[in-house]
Amino acid sequence: MERIPILKMGSYLLVSIQVDMHDRLALQLQDDLTGRIAATGARGVLIDISALEMVDSFIGRMLGNIAAMSRVLDASTVVVGMRPAVAITLVELGMELTGVRTALDVESGMALLSTSVDGG
Amino acid sequence: MATTTSREDFPLTSSEHIVIVRQAVRRRAVESGFSLVDQTKIVTAASELARNTLMHGGGGVAVVETLQNGTRTGVRLTFEDKGPGIPNVELAMRDGYSTGGGLGLGLSGAKRLSNEFSIETVPNNGTRVVIARWK
Repeated sequence: MERIPILKMGSYLLVSIQVDMHDRLALQLQDDLTGRIAATGARGVLIDISALEMVDSFIGRMLGNIAAMSRVLDASTVVVGMRPAVAITLVELGMELTGVRTALDVESGMALLSTSVDGG
Repeated sequence: MATTTSREDFPLTSSEHIVIVRQAVRRRAVESGFSLVDQTKIVTAASELARNTLMHGGGGVAVVETLQNGTRTGVRLTFEDKGPGIPNVELAMRDGYSTGGGLGLGLSGAKRLSNEFSIETVPNNGTRVVIARWK
């Protein structure tokens, strides 16, 4: 079955979404990630969406769910690499990704995770 | 008066079909010379409406058309189902109102992302939503 790979690096989990996700694939990722956080005791999750050409309310909700679920499992989530056109559209759609931390790129996302995990 | 210069029909009976419709709309928007932001807006609106057709309408069809009105080019999308219809359209158009477990941004969000928007719904007979965006 089709799956989005989750990479483990130290105490972090890394996901880079490189395909135009259908809804079941998005739900699968949500399930896989929460399972991996629990299994590995990961402290941070970084999700790279720089390849996504659009984020609709379904994918937006999935990102929000992942952030909320990982918080409950004592891990921080940061979403990185959103394209400007996607950000403009998402806000006009009415979705502001409340509760989801974002960073411009992978590097600043990793920096954000390490301060929130090590410093908090 | 706008004339249709080309038209494609797509089934909407599974979540993979939503992806196929998104990609077709993207192609049309690129061919029509839409800016990147306008492409993203109409593709996102298409995704919301296609999902409504699938989840609330029990499946249906999407029609993707390229329009010409004088020198203006546009993309028109029609989503049609034979589902239960929407009992209260005014309520369904409100941000945050949902019966499908979603966020309730589908109709209202798609309207904000389009230049033209119309909805016709008949109880027990189905719903048709038409949107257009012009370059």
